[in-house]
Amino acid sequence: MVPLSWYLILAAALFSIGLFGALSRRNAVAILLGIELMLNAVNINLAAFWRYGNVMDMAGQVFAIIVFAVAAAEVAVGLALVISVYRKRNTVIADEIDLMKF
Amino acid sequence: MTGEQIIFLLVALFTLGSGLMVVTTGNLIHAALWLVSTLFGVAVVFAILNAGFLAVVQVVVYIGAIAILFIFAVMLTRKDMRDQGPQVNKNWWIGALLSVLTFGGLYFLLQGWNGLSRTAADIPSGFDAVAELGTALVSPDAYVLPFEVASVLLVAALVGAVYVAFNRK
Repeated sequence: MVPLSWYLILAAALFSIGLFGALSRRNAVAILLGIELMLNAVNINLAAFWRYGNVMDMAGQVFAIIVFAVAAAEVAVGLALVISVYRKRNTVIADEIDLMKF
Repeated sequence: MTGEQIIFLLVALFTLGSGLMVVTTGNLIHAALWLVSTLFGVAVVFAILNAGFLAVVQVVVYIGAIAILFIFAVMLTRKDMRDQGPQVNKNWWIGALLSVLTFGGLYFLLQGWNGLSRTAADIPSGFDAVAELGTALVSPDAYVLPFEVASVLLVAALVGAVYVAFNRK
């Protein structure tokens, strides 16, 4: 049997990789890719705690499904924004989208 | 070390390696394809955890919809984005430092928690996780409200995405 800690460490590592992607990539689409990795790490944690806690209590899986829905909504709106910005400014580099930068 | 642990380690290595490729590879189409393999690794982790429904939804929704949406977005916006110039911004080392610190902090917190060595109880015989999940999602004394809120959120995101990306001539 796999101990619970292995799942948590896997999720922590995946979250950190996603955080690196979200913080350091220049392309806005690549930033969204990093955010997807972070959401997946959260889902691993939710499923692992469901399995290692009380199996009859479905809260972990239900919240994983809510995270699926939120991820789908987030990526739809995010990519729509990126495409809209690309149409108007002709760039998807996050550094160059600085209209509101103080 | 049991067979299940070996399988888990292989899947975890595969997932983390693909995840690293997602954030480091220069070609964005390749990054999106590496994301597909990362998501598939996570689906296998769900399957190891006996969360069959989550594994199927992971493949259908994440790989089938979200990853394909990413590939479409990359193709619509790339033009001359193909690997010219650096793919990371000039503060990338701060991001790397922060993520290493995040991992170290999480690892440190986990070490201090006494539930780590917990092992999973066997699934009771006759327990149908999918049926239980379906009941929990629509039962008024369980999670029907978050379920409905999620559907409202999806509709709002759909309308918002169409509005934002609409091409007004």
